[in-house]
Amino acid sequence: MARTAVSGRLTWRAATLAEARWETPTARTLVLDVPDWPGHLPGQHIDVRLTAEDGYRAQRSYSIASAWPHPEGRVELTIQRLDDGEVSPYLTDVVEPGEQIELRGPVGGWFVWRDKQPAPVLLVAGGSGVVPLMAMVRARATASARQPFRLLYSVRTPEDVLYADELRRRVRDDAGLDVHYVYTRKTPDGWPSPPKRIDVAALNTYGWPPDFEPDCYVCGPTTFVETAADILVALGHDPRRIRTERFGGTS
Amino acid sequence: MTNGTPLDGNAMAGDLREIFAVDVTAARYVCAGCTHADAVGTLLLWHQSPGLVARCPSCGDVVVTVVRAPDRVFLDLRGSVRLEVPLEGS
Repeated sequence: MARTAVSGRLTWRAATLAEARWETPTARTLVLDVPDWPGHLPGQHIDVRLTAEDGYRAQRSYSIASAWPHPEGRVELTIQRLDDGEVSPYLTDVVEPGEQIELRGPVGGWFVWRDKQPAPVLLVAGGSGVVPLMAMVRARATASARQPFRLLYSVRTPEDVLYADELRRRVRDDAGLDVHYVYTRKTPDGWPSPPKRIDVAALNTYGWPPDFEPDCYVCGPTTFVETAADILVALGHDPRRIRTERFGGTS
Repeated sequence: MTNGTPLDGNAMAGDLREIFAVDVTAARYVCAGCTHADAVGTLLLWHQSPGLVARCPSCGDVVVTVVRAPDRVFLDLRGSVRLEVPLEGS
């Protein structure tokens, strides 16, 4: 938990959508006003619950995208629309500013980065798995932390990159942050290599050497996470320093 | 939710925080089947409403199950020898 630990059991509460913005044609960031938000650590998530008029309920877990403290005291989620999803299309296409969302959080204390950890950090993102890792990048900046960060971000096409402008700006202004992209279906014009999935060469070239004993965070679809974690172990990284979060096929 | 691929124990955090006053996903379990020990967040989680089944990534045995009924939660920890819970700030 963040420094302001919540005591007792966690319960559902209503948050208000303050604003929303599209990150890509299929991913929307929701900026939420949550009364009495206790703060959170990067990597933690929120459970969102939708209740239909007939009482049917669906619940999903979404990683928090923003760092805390936040300039407006708000909490941001980035939702990737899954066309056959039960919850995500409502959050991307239906809910409007001023409306309320029922949520529970922050939750999770294992897939988190704390600015007290002195090791360099390797972040490995597959698709929307970048969301909790972006919270870590933002938290590092908010805390003026000096640990070197490397983000290896695998996406289908350049149009699918979340936070593209912000990442460009952060890399430009911060010598301690590197970002490298792996494009799996379509590359930008002039990209030196054809599309490919994340592999040993990419993690070996753009990750940290195992001797640096970096803390590694891997997040994305299940198969991506398992592949990347296996490669890191094969390259000599200590499995105890590799934390994973599988997004599965949630909807 | 369930498509043949598991999530991590991390995804149980919300349901467990409704029962416990601390975050259990950061607690260390010891598997009763093979004595493998790691954070609850590393368990492989299959989610089939109303139940959660968390298995040991080392031997595949069921370590934790959580089943929700309308007015109560059933928690089965028989696959875990013990839980070691870090206490923040102590």
